Amino acid sequence: MNDIDLDPVPAATGDDAIPVPDEPASETIIEIENLGFSYDHGKTETLQGISLEIPKNMVTAFIGPSGCGKSTLLRCLNRMNDLIDTAKVTRGTIKILGQDIHAPDVDAIELRKHVGMVFQKYNPFPKSIYENVAYGLRIQGVQKKSTLNEAVERALVQSALWEEVKDRLADSALGLSGGQQQRLCIARAIAVQPQIVLMDEPCSALDPIATARIEDLITELCENYTIVIVTHNMQQATRVSARTAFFYLGELIEYAATDKIFVKPDKKQTEDYVSGRFG
Amino acid sequence: MSNGSKERNPFRSSSKRRRRNDAGGHALFAFFTYFVLACTAYIFLDIAVKGAPVVFKAEAPFVNLGFIFNNPETLVVFKDGNGEKVRMAMSDFSEFKKANPEAVITDEHTFSYCAGGIWGPLVGTALLVGICMVIALFAGVASAIFLNEYARHGRFMNTIRLAIMNLAGVPSIVFGLFGLGVFCLWPWLPVLTYEPSGNAVATFAIPFTDGFLSFQGWGTSMIAGGCTLAIMVLPVIIAACEESLKAVPMGFREAAMALGATKWQAIRTAVLPYAKPGILTASILGITRVAGETAPIMFTAALAHKAGLPWAEAKGGGLFWVSDFFTQSVQALPYHIYTVSARIPRSEDTEPMQNGSVFVFLLLVMAFAALSISMRARYRKKLKW
Repeated sequence: MNDIDLDPVPAATGDDAIPVPDEPASETIIEIENLGFSYDHGKTETLQGISLEIPKNMVTAFIGPSGCGKSTLLRCLNRMNDLIDTAKVTRGTIKILGQDIHAPDVDAIELRKHVGMVFQKYNPFPKSIYENVAYGLRIQGVQKKSTLNEAVERALVQSALWEEVKDRLADSALGLSGGQQQRLCIARAIAVQPQIVLMDEPCSALDPIATARIEDLITELCENYTIVIVTHNMQQATRVSARTAFFYLGELIEYAATDKIFVKPDKKQTEDYVSGRFG
Repeated sequence: MSNGSKERNPFRSSSKRRRRNDAGGHALFAFFTYFVLACTAYIFLDIAVKGAPVVFKAEAPFVNLGFIFNNPETLVVFKDGNGEKVRMAMSDFSEFKKANPEAVITDEHTFSYCAGGIWGPLVGTALLVGICMVIALFAGVASAIFLNEYARHGRFMNTIRLAIMNLAGVPSIVFGLFGLGVFCLWPWLPVLTYEPSGNAVATFAIPFTDGFLSFQGWGTSMIAGGCTLAIMVLPVIIAACEESLKAVPMGFREAAMALGATKWQAIRTAVLPYAKPGILTASILGITRVAGETAPIMFTAALAHKAGLPWAEAKGGGLFWVSDFFTQSVQALPYHIYTVSARIPRSEDTEPMQNGSVFVFLLLVMAFAALSISMRARYRKKLKW
């Protein structure tokens, strides 16, 4: 999986010098600057001054022990945390496509159309497969049958589910296997053509074979989408991601190319975590 | 390992008393459970045994249609020339007297509402429950959505929630008095009428008609009774709706919101459809509850007797008819049962009406409960996640 194309380390740094991958080679799509976030009106900060830049059309993984804030950060990116009454951003900014997403004229609803999300527990609606994928378009007011058909097919093809379900689109989504349901959720998320897809431990409820399929899918999807994935599974991070951010207790400890994080991290804490000494 | 009978059994009970207590507790609990069951069964059986002969009959169509589809009438009991006891409805009795003017009638007694059937009360109860459920469902679902989906979970909201739950424990007679004060006597409730009452606080002539929009209160009326019942059943409906909404996985809301749905879109398309079965079954159980309430409608809506059915009594045309329809008082089954059981002396002549009414009522309640249970079972099978 150590595909050289995915390595964003600039070649100019020389062979023997430790590469300093601060600046990703590809265009930046998400810029997080000094982000502080609290679940209790600002009394305690769950995220403490996170700064990182996420490159476009690549897979970026967030790793770290439970409670380190990686899922919280992910949910900040499409403002899902707005749904929690007591939660608030205490400081810093998040810019997506150059726009500060907490600016007063930003509509979280519009933002979420561009920043899709796949959840830990696959959660298809108890509707037909077709209606699940078409849901996002329907609520955006798309009614034309041909447009919907096209979008559903494209999303299912992209999420590698089309061949398995094309003959039973009208069947209930709950009849699918767990892995298929999660791929259906991915199809549902990409049917509205977001630029960014956030994945919150998408494989944690799946068996290894289903996990492998989702991982293949993620690798394929990053051609068209920027993917940010939170994972507990470090092997998964090495398999799918180009860059990895390691969080610990609400702080970003290290953020670099995945190879570097797992082979030669700068920080002792990172090394301890990726080598399994704690976490 | 049998080392002879002398060997001590390691699992032998250490204390006979403890075992005896345990068995005693078991028996006691079982006794009370079966006692309650037996009491209930006795009541139901008693009603069924006494009521079934009134409602059902041996020959086709097996149901005593007269009892269901006639209005209550006064019962006349007398002895004819041969000393035979005769029971007749008042209308039949007057015809009988007209036809046989010389007939010997002795020992004549009348019992109000004990002849005929229960069609009027049935219709009235259906109307009251209908009005009540329309109001209670709209208000209840709306408040449950607000409480569960929108309201922040602060001390203030918890107080409100607690207040609503406490309403469920308020005695129904209190709701009756409240309804009387607000819906019957408070004069600022409008009606459309051709003849405004003297109590009206304001009347406005409606152009191009002879009628008025009159603020005179609703009086004793089915709309007042329906509203009173609605307020009484609201806490139950709100609690049930909230439970149903809570049972819908958070993931559905999140998935919908993450796809760019507004909050209301998410609720409408990804929450309510899956909460609907729970809401429906709860409302059906609510129906059985309000249908049986006597106290709240006693002051606000119910009449012991009314000659015509509500739609025959309403006057006027168009909206005036609608207004007149809803502001008339109605008969109601629980009130009818109360009247015939408590106001009329109990005797073998009046018992058929008493037992028959209660039996029909019991059947209705059971039918609704069965409907609710079967619906829940069906939806549970369909909606699993």
